[in-house]
Amino acid sequence: MFAALGDPQRLTLVTRLCREGPLSIARLAEGADISRQAVTKHLHVLADAGVIRGTREGRENVFEIEPRRLKEARGHLERISAQWDAALVRLRKLVE
Amino acid sequence: MPSDSVTDRIQKSILLRAPLPRVWRAISDAREFGTWFGVAFDGPFAPGARLTGKIVPTKVDPEVAELQAPHEGAKFEIFVDRIEPERLIAFRWHPFAVDPKVDYSAEPTTLVVFELEKLGEGTRLTVTESGFDAIPIARRADAFKANEGGWAHQTRLVEKYLSRAA
Repeated sequence: MFAALGDPQRLTLVTRLCREGPLSIARLAEGADISRQAVTKHLHVLADAGVIRGTREGRENVFEIEPRRLKEARGHLERISAQWDAALVRLRKLVE
Repeated sequence: MPSDSVTDRIQKSILLRAPLPRVWRAISDAREFGTWFGVAFDGPFAPGARLTGKIVPTKVDPEVAELQAPHEGAKFEIFVDRIEPERLIAFRWHPFAVDPKVDYSAEPTTLVVFELEKLGEGTRLTVTESGFDAIPIARRADAFKANEGGWAHQTRLVEKYLSRAA
């Protein structure tokens, strides 16, 4: 969903969070080809960029997609969707 | 990069009360396409072709044309992906890149596929635009803010048009 940061590892992490919902560092490191340390570093880059946010749950840091970003992305898609609706109305007007 | 996610694509499917060849012409003939879409293309659609064009007000609705006026003259670029006569035409472009002040050329393109299917006396048209996931958030947020006013106008217009036509 957010290819913004251009790094394949970070993209994988973000994709997992999109698909699986909030995950701890431990879970995220489980599936990855890179060290837990590297995963943590990537997560902090993503959090600094506002793509994800981390919260402390008990003894673990859990990360999830930043809801505001999700809303912005959806909003953008809704714009384009509305533009298509309008364009198709004009097509209909031409051919019918 | 391809994606299954629901944020990657938009799909619209409508039934047009017009014969398939008529609808095909409206989407595959660059001049006709431009008439309803609102772009003046510099050449015909052919597989693999890269075309440029300018945003021009749509000819089918004077009220909408008026709203499109601020974008008039904006450069428009399109890459024809493939054409299957009377069935499918696909393009790549920068989604609704209508701000004359912005250079969109460095951004990823989306793929737009128009598919036609005869349905009784009419034609089903399905448009699928995909590839949104590859577009950077920052650009999307900016585009969102920039377009918000204009397109809110646009959708109100659509509602007005539909209620008049009903």
